Amino acid sequence: MFDGITPQLLFGQLLIGVINGSFYAMLAMGLAIIFGLMHVVNFAHGAQYMLGAFVAWLLLNYLGVPYWGALVIAPVVVACFGLVMERLILKPIANLDHLYSLLVTYAATLVIEGLIRQQYGSTGLPYNSPLPGGVNLGFMFMPWYRLWVVVFSVVTCLATWLLIEHTKLGAYLRAANQSPEIVESFGINVPRMVTLTYAFGVGLAGLSGVLAAPIYQVSPSMGSTLMITIFAVVVIGGMGSILGAILTGYLLGIVEGLTKVFYPEGANLVIFFIMLLALIFRPSGLFSGGKN
Amino acid sequence: MPLDTSSAEPLLKIENLKAWYAESQALHGVGFEVNKGELVTLIGRNGAGKSTTLRSIMGIVKNRKGSIRFHGEDLIGLRTFQIARKGIAWCPEERGIFADLSVKENLTLPPRLVQGGMTDEDLLTSFPNLRARASSGGTQLSGGEQQMLAIARILRNGCRFLLLDEPSEGLAPVVVKEIGNQIRRLKDQGYTILLVEQNLNFARAIADRHVVIEHGQVVDQLTNDELAADVARVKTYLGV
Repeated sequence: MFDGITPQLLFGQLLIGVINGSFYAMLAMGLAIIFGLMHVVNFAHGAQYMLGAFVAWLLLNYLGVPYWGALVIAPVVVACFGLVMERLILKPIANLDHLYSLLVTYAATLVIEGLIRQQYGSTGLPYNSPLPGGVNLGFMFMPWYRLWVVVFSVVTCLATWLLIEHTKLGAYLRAANQSPEIVESFGINVPRMVTLTYAFGVGLAGLSGVLAAPIYQVSPSMGSTLMITIFAVVVIGGMGSILGAILTGYLLGIVEGLTKVFYPEGANLVIFFIMLLALIFRPSGLFSGGKN
Repeated sequence: MPLDTSSAEPLLKIENLKAWYAESQALHGVGFEVNKGELVTLIGRNGAGKSTTLRSIMGIVKNRKGSIRFHGEDLIGLRTFQIARKGIAWCPEERGIFADLSVKENLTLPPRLVQGGMTDEDLLTSFPNLRARASSGGTQLSGGEQQMLAIARILRNGCRFLLLDEPSEGLAPVVVKEIGNQIRRLKDQGYTILLVEQNLNFARAIADRHVVIEHGQVVDQLTNDELAADVARVKTYLGV
């Protein structure tokens, strides 16, 4: 049944799976952080990811700022954009049903993508890898940049998880998730914390965009094609579960990669099939601890 | 012996306080004062507006009008976190213990806002049950322990004016007695306490004065001695 599956094919697809999983994990983590504290279904996450890549591209082509500079500047720029977006369009509807935030952020996605498309067209824009070349492992060729993406993603996810689970700031976020009123009654400026949390989650999307720029071409639709998968990851991991989003992101990236080896026809469906099973048998998510 | 409150500037002075939940008006002009060092209870039936009064003072109920002066400064218009930073701490009726945090994390969550808050060691000494359960999940505690934790937690930030919402609710008599002793000790340490309570015996045992609320208005105020002399008067309000 598995004739013709060479180690090169298997490990090559596994690597692609891990790289895709790295993006799934980072994006899903940002979504989970935002949903966990604000109960906002941030449909603009894909557009903010795309903005990260575009800001990196603009920095390189207009200001000559290389990738390593963009890796710092672009997420900050996108986070500031998120900060303004939260103040202008999310805060006014904070007390309404979650559906409104979904619709508003979806509308923002259409506007952002439309403006970028009008200015720069739909064609993908190239962004050269800052780490050309790679290493031959014998059974496969490992490009340096892809290795960097995986390592950077793991470190970022781990650091964010530690920040939220093992620091005082994280304790405030987790407590405010349960009862913002009580946390505010302790003298903590919860409205500002909400704004900064949204900006942080958006900044993570921007950071992912910068990482993605040399791998995928920079295009207005690069986020929207990814977002459906990211939402599936968040649903499977458990809405608002940070660790669930991270682990599910990597897991599903690998599952998707392996499906391309063993059953290529199902590669585009496997994540949604798993989501279907999760919704039937564990609707609260695999890592939610049973909480809805 | 009731306090002589006639000469002192009240620590908290509420006048004509009105509050709304959406379209529904819950307070219709509440007014009373609390002096420094006093322990005052708000008593009344379910739905009378006692908890809403505390939530309005704290800014949790945002749609409110009238005057709430603390140290002479109006709190209307301030956000909840700003009111806390003025030195007011609130222990809600539902206790608000965070399930995702351990007992120790719950206890140490409030930041130090004002000089003079209890140290973590002071808190664990004052509430010894919490020391043994420090690493347990916050909601794994018994109801009484959760109430102790909820009270202990608000002593950390240094606020000297405490709003306690029905701390005896749903607890066994022996636990209620212990909580009463703790609250009395806090008063002896100089804390000013505004306590919402339906348990008249509990209120009588620890309070200096009582403010009776009905239908979102203050209908009576009496000292503890006056209450002792005429319990039937308050029982009429409470419908017991």
